[in-house]
Amino acid sequence: MNEKSVIQTHGLTKYFGRKPAVYELNLEVPRGCVFAFLGRNGSGKTTTIRMLMGLVQPTRGAGTILGHDIRSLTPEIRARIGYLTEEHQLYSWMNVKECGEFQAKFHAKWNDKIYRGVVGHFGLKPTATVKDLSRGERAGLCLALTLAPQPELLMLDDPGLGLDPVARRALVESMIFLTRKSDRTIFFSSHHLSDVERVADYIAVFDRSVLRASCPLEKFQESVQQMRLRFPGAPPALPKIPGLLQAIRTENELRVTCVRANGETEKILRGLAPLEMEAVPLGLEDAFISYLGERGEKTFILSELEGQP
Amino acid sequence: MQATFNINTGSDTPIYKQITDQVRLAVTSGKLAVGDQLPSVRALAEDLVVNPNTVARAYADLMREGLLESRAGRGVFITTKRKIYSRAEGRRRLEPLLSTLIGEAMILDFKPDELREAFEEQLSKWKHSKGGE
Repeated sequence: MNEKSVIQTHGLTKYFGRKPAVYELNLEVPRGCVFAFLGRNGSGKTTTIRMLMGLVQPTRGAGTILGHDIRSLTPEIRARIGYLTEEHQLYSWMNVKECGEFQAKFHAKWNDKIYRGVVGHFGLKPTATVKDLSRGERAGLCLALTLAPQPELLMLDDPGLGLDPVARRALVESMIFLTRKSDRTIFFSSHHLSDVERVADYIAVFDRSVLRASCPLEKFQESVQQMRLRFPGAPPALPKIPGLLQAIRTENELRVTCVRANGETEKILRGLAPLEMEAVPLGLEDAFISYLGERGEKTFILSELEGQP
Repeated sequence: MQATFNINTGSDTPIYKQITDQVRLAVTSGKLAVGDQLPSVRALAEDLVVNPNTVARAYADLMREGLLESRAGRGVFITTKRKIYSRAEGRRRLEPLLSTLIGEAMILDFKPDELREAFEEQLSKWKHSKGGE
């Protein structure tokens, strides 16, 4: 078993009926990194996390977490993992302090300083009752309950879901604080790409049950590139371009987004004899949307809307 | 003088590059001088709310360029003020900035001579602030 990885899967697959929720997933998460798990709703992120936690049995394939088979996780292994689910489950009649005292009984390495720190960071009073908490406050409380046992691996399933910008910033700050312990790994799913950009070392992109990318964040951003070509008139037909994600044509412009563009790509595009050609860098969000959006050629010409070819 | 840094998410410039660009600018504009200390990786990461590895990468890039040096147990310092880019690379980076400037000036209805005059005036202020270099 590779000591450097905290999660490894090989061909991990889960079918619900005849529909694959996760298909042939090969994933490797290095120890000590912040790993963001991205993808559209329903792409299989939560099912993957639940399989990794041993809560859903895979249809086939194998996986390990902290070096142990995900099909037979013991309570001792689970205790080393801090798992934050999408739905926060709490006893509504307890107050914040009582939640901590209750949870502490189950964890040998409970650190009350961390608990109070995180709770305070989210502006929660120890005497506040769970049923009176806002969505963001509940999230802060759950995060505190997940962090205080000092797990070596954190599995956070969409921790930013439904949080306002202030609570989300508190979440991101807490995550950065956690990286102080260099061998701790944070694995989280999210739709908030600005948060991902701040904290993630690596990203994995999931698309309709299939893993489409897994690499360092900057590498992803740099691999998706857009070229803008200007023509004297209507742009010519687009030849076959390796790695093409999207081509958008307007009256005299062609915008081509592709993955891993190289000298060859540039040669093909230059062959179209544009007046001008420039590479436009993309932000993470644009890169992500081009990567997961509808593929192929699109035309934005007004005359088409008027029913002319 | 103390330099402050800030970053934007959602930019087409990766965060580590925003940091290196700002350190370079602080040095060339005189906000940071040779011998000045930069915040530690951890301190800057927590201040900017970004992953410490991102700051570490930015510092590593600047050290490779010779702009920063790490002194064991003491921190990271500005070492030189030498030219950071080759002339050709500098030119390549300058061009889009100039075309933005000229484009904006045209929108504001400036004639070429007026623009030149405004540019010269600004340039002389800049020289002045750097001690008549």
